[in-house]
Amino acid sequence: MQKEYKTITSIAGPLMVVEGVEGVKYEELVEIQVPDEKGTRLGKVLEASEGKALVQMFESPQGTMTEGTKARFLGETMKLGVSEDMLGRVFNGAGKPIDGQPEIIPEKRLEISGKAINPYSRDYPNDFIQTGISTIDCLNTLVRGQKLPVFSGAGLPHNRIAAQIARQAKVNDGSDFAVVFAAMGVTFEEAQFFQAEFEKTGAIEKAVLFVNTADDPVVERIATPRLALTCAEYLAYEKEMHVLVVLTDLTNYAEALREVSAARKEVPGRRGYPGYLYTDLATIYERAGRIKGKKGSVTQIPILTMPEDDITHPIPDLTGYITEGQIVLSRELHRKGIYPPVDVLPSLSRLKDKGIGEGKTREDHSGVMNQLYASYARGKDVRELAVILGEAALDDIDRAYMKFAEAFEDKYIRQGEYDDRQILEDSLGLGWELLKLLPKAELKRVKDEHIEKYMNE
Amino acid sequence: MTQKEGIIIKVSGPLVVAKGMAGAKMNEIVYVSKLRLLGEVISLSGDTASIQVYEETGGIGPAEPVFLTGQTLSVELGPGLLENFYDGIQRPLQLIEKESGSFIDRGIHVPGIDRERKWDFKPIVNSGDSVSEGDILGEVQETTLINHKIMVPVGISGTVIEIHSGEKKVEDTVAVLEDEKGKHHKVTMLQKWPIRIPRKVAGKRIPNEPLITGTRILDTLFPLAKGGAGCIPGPFGAGKTVTQQTIAKYCDAQVIVYVGCGERGNEMTDVLMEFPELKDPNTGEPLMKRTVLIANTSNMPVAAREASVYTGMTIAEYYRDMGYNVALMADSTSRWAEAMREMSGRLEEMPGEEGYPAYLGSRTAGFYERAGAVKCLGSGDRVGTLTAIGAVSPPGGDLSEPVTQNTLRVTKVFWGLDADLARRRHFPAINWLSSYSLYEENVLDYWKKEVADDSVEIRGDAMKILQEESKLEEIVRLVGMDALSSKERLVLETAKFIREDFLFQNAFDPVDVYTSLKKQYWLLKIIMKVYYSAQEIVEQDEFEFDELKNLPVMAKIVRAKDIEEGKWDEFEELANEVTSAITALKK
Repeated sequence: MQKEYKTITSIAGPLMVVEGVEGVKYEELVEIQVPDEKGTRLGKVLEASEGKALVQMFESPQGTMTEGTKARFLGETMKLGVSEDMLGRVFNGAGKPIDGQPEIIPEKRLEISGKAINPYSRDYPNDFIQTGISTIDCLNTLVRGQKLPVFSGAGLPHNRIAAQIARQAKVNDGSDFAVVFAAMGVTFEEAQFFQAEFEKTGAIEKAVLFVNTADDPVVERIATPRLALTCAEYLAYEKEMHVLVVLTDLTNYAEALREVSAARKEVPGRRGYPGYLYTDLATIYERAGRIKGKKGSVTQIPILTMPEDDITHPIPDLTGYITEGQIVLSRELHRKGIYPPVDVLPSLSRLKDKGIGEGKTREDHSGVMNQLYASYARGKDVRELAVILGEAALDDIDRAYMKFAEAFEDKYIRQGEYDDRQILEDSLGLGWELLKLLPKAELKRVKDEHIEKYMNE
Repeated sequence: MTQKEGIIIKVSGPLVVAKGMAGAKMNEIVYVSKLRLLGEVISLSGDTASIQVYEETGGIGPAEPVFLTGQTLSVELGPGLLENFYDGIQRPLQLIEKESGSFIDRGIHVPGIDRERKWDFKPIVNSGDSVSEGDILGEVQETTLINHKIMVPVGISGTVIEIHSGEKKVEDTVAVLEDEKGKHHKVTMLQKWPIRIPRKVAGKRIPNEPLITGTRILDTLFPLAKGGAGCIPGPFGAGKTVTQQTIAKYCDAQVIVYVGCGERGNEMTDVLMEFPELKDPNTGEPLMKRTVLIANTSNMPVAAREASVYTGMTIAEYYRDMGYNVALMADSTSRWAEAMREMSGRLEEMPGEEGYPAYLGSRTAGFYERAGAVKCLGSGDRVGTLTAIGAVSPPGGDLSEPVTQNTLRVTKVFWGLDADLARRRHFPAINWLSSYSLYEENVLDYWKKEVADDSVEIRGDAMKILQEESKLEEIVRLVGMDALSSKERLVLETAKFIREDFLFQNAFDPVDVYTSLKKQYWLLKIIMKVYYSAQEIVEQDEFEFDELKNLPVMAKIVRAKDIEEGKWDEFEELANEVTSAITALKK
């Protein structure tokens, strides 16, 4: 039963009030027909009261008017038609194809807000994913079903890193990933970069792209990650694929949320972001996971740019409270010309211990990881000290640490954009190679038998 | 009798407003729409009621019905609570999975306690005995660890005129009581209690026994008493959850209620998979046998998150009333406060600080005040304790924010997690300078009696050394180590031992994760022996500090942790060895 009304009484920003309505449901979709316009615009009900509905438009309100514009209530909440044919296709933030090809024929239509995974039904993520990037694989290991965000800053190469991960990610049994990619509020060039990147390497065959560029409607930006995750869940749990979801840029997403919240005149929380920012972000991030008895999995790599590189800003802060660790990029390393500029010390993967060690990677992985981490931390401290006291004031051991830190940044952190490092031979092997720079007595975190076995190869 | 119902006039997220609700009570449970979504009345005005709905409200709209029930939001109490895994409104997640698969559907109604399971009820009163509220009628062995006591419900007293024994379901009558007016009351093993009202007790007491966690910095430096309230604030990645889980695993409470409030799904899965495998260090039984888990992860409905801490608290109080030592962990109370903020915003209430409702302070206080050491209701001298430990997640690690501040006002133990320590991989990353415990005095006697007479002094001296270290470090940073006197270097050396070999503790090492109080005492005493006995030695003329530093016995101090529990002779030997090795340096 569809109902059509011409009683729009006010329009402010993306919000529209329709009066005299009956039987309207919360979150119901609305089609808005502007006179003399061919197509319709979409919106959804934000608040359903007796005789009145507050509608949020997904598209630009420009040209809509209180007189003559028609609002048709569709009687259903927002759904996405899904099918396996979505692989290789590009959609916009409303779920419509924008690659010039026909619409897909959906196998089924799913609610985009998704349902919460029952914590009882979850399976703990513990399969090692090789991304081919040493600083991630060895030091901040990603596992299947994890959500591991990249905290970046304006001007840092997070897009290239994301593309590299999407291109190279694979698991031990050799199977690779289907990639679902959602771009929110990115520029045309960024969107183009990803699309070209996927096409160039052939990865597009196993990828679904949802693109909402900076000039697309703000409200669609809020739907974009949900479309992507709905598609990802379908591919993972119904088509038994391992899906890697790359979301960029969550900062734009949160800005969109703030814009809509302000238009609704809600009481703001920290820095003007709505009080429910945490809950809202959680409904995105928590859709990563594995489920008992299902073969597929959803792994998430959300990317966000920290305003002014400030990790205490609400967006990275709340994200850090929900996700299972973070990969932090460093401007300092980037200035030194090091790619990928992964700042090893504040980066963390909370699930790393479950994905490494014998049977997953290698028995010495945990030791090497801790040793590299501790030695680099010490090396960096020494380097700072040297700035104050002068290098002459350092003893031999300190000097060895400083040399190690330099070599670590230059050889270990730095790697080519197309350098797909294998965990065993390259990442761990190189780690051992670098540890040779330090006196053996200093290697307290690795077991002696492992030094014996792996160091003198 | 027709069921009373109202009509929805407005839906906005988890808030539903309905009219025609005359006769509805505050906090009454209602079912919203034909889907029968669970809701609670949170404000009334004339015949309109605002309802907080515990499930997603998409697709619900005006003109749909709201069904009144006449009951307030309650939890079911009785045998079968332990080993269960609930959502925020006490629905067993396992049963939800049976009904709706891996994803949680709406409108699922499953009982909190299994109605079909039979329990062997053993009465301990006889017909003709007179009993009053809180008295124990009989017992049920709920798990291998916990003997579940069936108590006379609050508000009933009289003479036992019937008492049954043997295999019973929770809804079967186990006793019939006759009150003064001659009215008969049937008592079953299943009772209900509204979650927002504290359960009745005979009286409160001052907590004076420490909750032993096996974590050295907590037990020795900042002890929490059984029946006390503590908080763990910290930025993300500092180890709140690991600390909470470690306490849940190893503390000497008899019953643990663990509330995952608005946190990660994978974390709860981890607990769920780990607890049945892990053995309780005090009894050797699987940890799950003493645990109730409540999980309302961050993506589950926000209103149920608000209720989850109360659900947990009421269950914890119930076991306390049986005379057990109960510990409740809430991770994280900030998410609970945020849920309150969200509902308050939708109700268009006047906001207080940072958009939080003005009643944030009183709700927080009300929550933590439900902790305590109590004399239980009923005859006899039954004493139970309920210890509450709340994690707080301050945005950006900024402790001046309202949730942390309101929590600090009511909790007496503050375990401040420090991002800097975590970055240096010092775990548990609890800052020893900013943390405090107001129970130090209360547990003095216990330490003196159960551990050692000088334990309190040693602890006090260790604290002083840590304080002094932070001052000296400033100086070193400015002018270098050479500017310090030998005595000051001794302070630094001792502090380093305390930090690295006493406070540092690996929660993932099966042995290191738990240290008994007695071993904690010895470890610290051995370290302090260095300080005590080297006082005069280092002040000798032309004393080279390295002489002390390079003593072979120093390496033994580092490995003192490896000495097994119970081998107190070995500890004492080592302590003496430290003293004699250092005194030998006397010229």
